[in-house]
Amino acid sequence: MLKKEAYINGLGCISPQQTFEGNGLPDVSDLLCPDNFFKCLEPVYKKYIDPIIARRMSRIVKMGIYASKLCLEDAGVEMPDAIITGTGLGCLDDTEKFITSMIRNDEKMLNPTPFIQSTHNTISAQIALFLKCHAYNITYAHRGLSFESALLDSLLMLKEQSSESVLLGGVDEITNISFQIIKRLGHWKNDNCNLLNISESVTKGSIAGEGSSFFLLSDKKNNSSYSKIVSLETIVNQLNVESLTKEVSAFFKKNNLNYNDVDLVLLGVNGDSKYDQLYYGLKNKVFCNNSCAYFKHLCGEYHTATSFAMWLSSVMLKNQTVPEMVKMNSFSSTQLKTILIYNHYRNINHSFIIMQAC
Amino acid sequence: MFNKVCVTGIGMVSAIGNNVQEALKSILLQKSGLGFTSYLDTIYKDEFPVGEIKLSNIELAESIGIGSSQSYTRTALLGLIAAKEAVENAVITSATDCRTGLISATSVGGMDRSEIFLKDFFADQRKGKLRNIIGHDCGDSTEKIAKYFHIKDYITTISTACSSSANAIMLGARLIKNNLLDRVVVGGTDALTVFTINGFNSLMVLDREPCRPFDETRNGINLGEGAAYLVLESERIAQQHNKKVLCEVKGYGNSCDAFHQTASSPEGKGAGLAMKKALEVAQLSTDEISYINAHGTGTPNNDLSEGNAIANVFGSRIPMFSSTKPFTGHTLGASGAIEAVLSVLSIRNNLAYPNLNFATPMKELGIVPLTKLTDTISIKNVLSNSFGFGGNNTSLVFSAC
Repeated sequence: MLKKEAYINGLGCISPQQTFEGNGLPDVSDLLCPDNFFKCLEPVYKKYIDPIIARRMSRIVKMGIYASKLCLEDAGVEMPDAIITGTGLGCLDDTEKFITSMIRNDEKMLNPTPFIQSTHNTISAQIALFLKCHAYNITYAHRGLSFESALLDSLLMLKEQSSESVLLGGVDEITNISFQIIKRLGHWKNDNCNLLNISESVTKGSIAGEGSSFFLLSDKKNNSSYSKIVSLETIVNQLNVESLTKEVSAFFKKNNLNYNDVDLVLLGVNGDSKYDQLYYGLKNKVFCNNSCAYFKHLCGEYHTATSFAMWLSSVMLKNQTVPEMVKMNSFSSTQLKTILIYNHYRNINHSFIIMQAC
Repeated sequence: MFNKVCVTGIGMVSAIGNNVQEALKSILLQKSGLGFTSYLDTIYKDEFPVGEIKLSNIELAESIGIGSSQSYTRTALLGLIAAKEAVENAVITSATDCRTGLISATSVGGMDRSEIFLKDFFADQRKGKLRNIIGHDCGDSTEKIAKYFHIKDYITTISTACSSSANAIMLGARLIKNNLLDRVVVGGTDALTVFTINGFNSLMVLDREPCRPFDETRNGINLGEGAAYLVLESERIAQQHNKKVLCEVKGYGNSCDAFHQTASSPEGKGAGLAMKKALEVAQLSTDEISYINAHGTGTPNNDLSEGNAIANVFGSRIPMFSSTKPFTGHTLGASGAIEAVLSVLSIRNNLAYPNLNFATPMKELGIVPLTKLTDTISIKNVLSNSFGFGGNNTSLVFSAC
């Protein structure tokens, strides 16, 4: 589909795990989540953001700027040729702040700051402002495919040769209000659970999460490249195990790959018994001879969670190790060359991403 | 080699008409769609004029054969109406006869219903009808439109404030040029909300009078609502299916002003870069542009910045330019697509639109917009500007075939 090579030459990630100091996963043995939601471990922002400016910024903007700065430093790039982000729900905190005061104050005497920071493109705009970057700047907001849409555009930018380096990010934040509302919609679990057992869950609902993961994509490989992106496919449709199998088969055919070329299948298992059957169906019927892993017990469920999966995959491919805590079955393969990420959002949005070591 | 991006269908709903023909008629009669709201529950309903579509949600739903409007946001209903007109105009009988996509844009998504939910929810967290919040996210209206037309091959949503749907058109054109799609429905939709009225009012940029873009006395925006979509097809598919090609999308450019979250730089740096990039992609020189449909919101800041950018890019030969926002109001995420449809109509009918309400040239700017409807000059290439919060600037070039 997109023949041009796309290398990941830099990473920056803020997540519920300690991921912002050096790119790697700390050992975690017990991931208890008392409130059933997963907040990011946040860095001390003043390293990159002036505290006076930071005070007016919501968490999502700070997490976006900080992770993008980490990523650019990691890649040794000062100015990207494009900034492309995906966010499912955007700047929730500022949106809620503005609506709350609008309702409480009967539409009078409102502070405009939360309103001007409420648009979905605030994060990518603030990064551009921070860098004084006049380049292409786009934000996608399409449910569980927000990050994938940003990724497709990034690959297109590299292919068109309009950019040599693209700063790509996936960002979402959780707020108390959004958590309560989405809980009423039945998306979150009612019971407290140990997150390491997410793959054994038999109850409905998932665990809410958030995160900010950034990537510096380039058409040129260098000594510090983490991985490369080989292919991407997105589907907006309800699938069952049978139709999902057909989609996977078509995707592999299009990419001239066999199932046994995949060394690790990273699945978006989120503990929701209603939706996890698609993952298990795929694991047992199609990838029964492949090593499988999962990641949402580390970051929680959110619209751009695949950006965390892509961060994790990049780290695993570079280090050539798969942490014990993500493994779903025992490993036979000795090398780690190709990873398939399969994720779906409530069986309406599905995505496949193939990444390789470089 | 086939690499033209052909426009084969257009559809639009706005304060100046429920379809393209009605909108064109309003423009020819120089009839503005601005007035006071009939549907919004806001304390400002008799204070700020808006460009509202005078149909209730039930009437909107009925017009496209949707029985129960309750699970649709106004944003989704407006989007469906405009997309339906575009798809019919392009005489598409099947969305599966070639690789067909949908790129839709919105700035506030389903906020029109979320704000109703939140009023009850804030009083008591157990209250509020859930059907009023499930369509909050930007992807909701897009997926409803995709489902209605059985579009499957690529579906996404762009949200970059007031440049959103111009960016959707740009992405659609790129996907066709790169042979990832054969056909793509592109555009955007936004409904009027109490949230946006209060937001822009808190910034003190809403005018109590009809807006006067590029006028010395300009005093802000009138908000509007609407939706517009274009059907883009590859040259190959357009020829194969014997399509009537309305015009081409020839150029596009996006640049970030990187000056301030909401204010534009005085010299319009990002705006200038976006226009230059669009001309470069279109391989056109500045004197080949017949008409510019400006962003022209009517705020002191935008019009000065955009005016300076136009003057910088075009130098001594400024094309005819005007803002059509005094007709439609500023429809936020939909404005780029609405003005794209107007740009297509400009080319098809050799029309350049009047900038209503203009009387006094701006002191700081040596250029003035077109004030009379012009139908005697051949329109070959139209440049359309859309600028948004976050300094997101997009310019598109539409060209006669």
